[in-house]
Amino acid sequence: MQPNERPAIESTTDHFQYVLALADDALVLGHRLSEWSSRAPTLEEDIALSNIGLDLVGQARSLYAYAGHIEGIGRDEDALAFGRDAHQYLNMQLVERLNGDFAATMARQLFYATFAELFWTAMKRSKDVELSGIAAKAEKECAYHVRHSAEWVIRLGDGTDESHARMQREIDEAWMFTGELFAMDQVDRAMCNVGIGVDRSALKSDWDKAIDAVLTEATLVRPRDGWMISGGRRGTHTEHLGPMLAVMQSLPRTYPGAKW
Amino acid sequence: MTDKNWPLYEVFLRPRNGLSHKHVGSLHAVDDEMALQNARDVYTRRGEALSIWVVASKAIIASEPSQREAMLEPSDPERKPYRHPTFYDIPDEVGHM
Repeated sequence: MQPNERPAIESTTDHFQYVLALADDALVLGHRLSEWSSRAPTLEEDIALSNIGLDLVGQARSLYAYAGHIEGIGRDEDALAFGRDAHQYLNMQLVERLNGDFAATMARQLFYATFAELFWTAMKRSKDVELSGIAAKAEKECAYHVRHSAEWVIRLGDGTDESHARMQREIDEAWMFTGELFAMDQVDRAMCNVGIGVDRSALKSDWDKAIDAVLTEATLVRPRDGWMISGGRRGTHTEHLGPMLAVMQSLPRTYPGAKW
Repeated sequence: MTDKNWPLYEVFLRPRNGLSHKHVGSLHAVDDEMALQNARDVYTRRGEALSIWVVASKAIIASEPSQREAMLEPSDPERKPYRHPTFYDIPDEVGHM
């Protein structure tokens, strides 16, 4: 296998892999946010994070169902979500990062949501009517996710010495994971060339502007673009994805087809 | 977390065009903007509202329960029945009002 090739773990069609990767991004981040349920600092924030997590799981469901349809061998959304191991997940590594403290969750959320709003806005022009339909709904949801996380980053950055230091630390820690947001691999390029996919690299300047505005208002320092992590789209993950999937998948794997 | 509670806000929702905002509950938030976001997250999860108002609870000037006798009881219908439009004869042709 060439280092830049995706493993032939699924159907080889680019279209399937493209949609599957988008679903994985949404599900993994949605599940991470669900881990805050009953543990958030306040009741209000607990519900807010659960709402955002549910938005993302909803996006993932639509995308998995569509991916299963494209694949055409009968795998439904549950089979795709619960029947694959970490090395078969194609999500960006940013979204699998641990919740950490509240600042870590908000840094991760701001980076992803700001990207996702731009991405789904561009996806509305896709020739694939299924994807453009999903995009129209996701765009509105992500616009609120941006607002929610940006308001927190601003308040924590421009808050106490303690909150400022923690927010800056988490912005710095997550920064090297933002390169993957804009990386184009051969599947992205193939889908872009046929008018289905989005040119992610073209979203970077708008993302930079939006992030800079938030960081400035938050009195935080933008990290320098250095070495960036990559590999999520090829099934390479941090050590944190496996344990998360083990928890998420334990019930359907122990009791296949279980209903309630 | 800090040992001090965040300020309390009262939440009002307008369910449909033409109806007025109704009090639905309260919440804690760090400031006005976050109060609006929290109200959206806590009270409008099932499409309840076209519009949200939040107001700091401390900005509400409320009548004192201990002052009820002087403030509100004089207008009791038992004592001032003539303030209710019940002394008019309604002509039959008007029907139900």
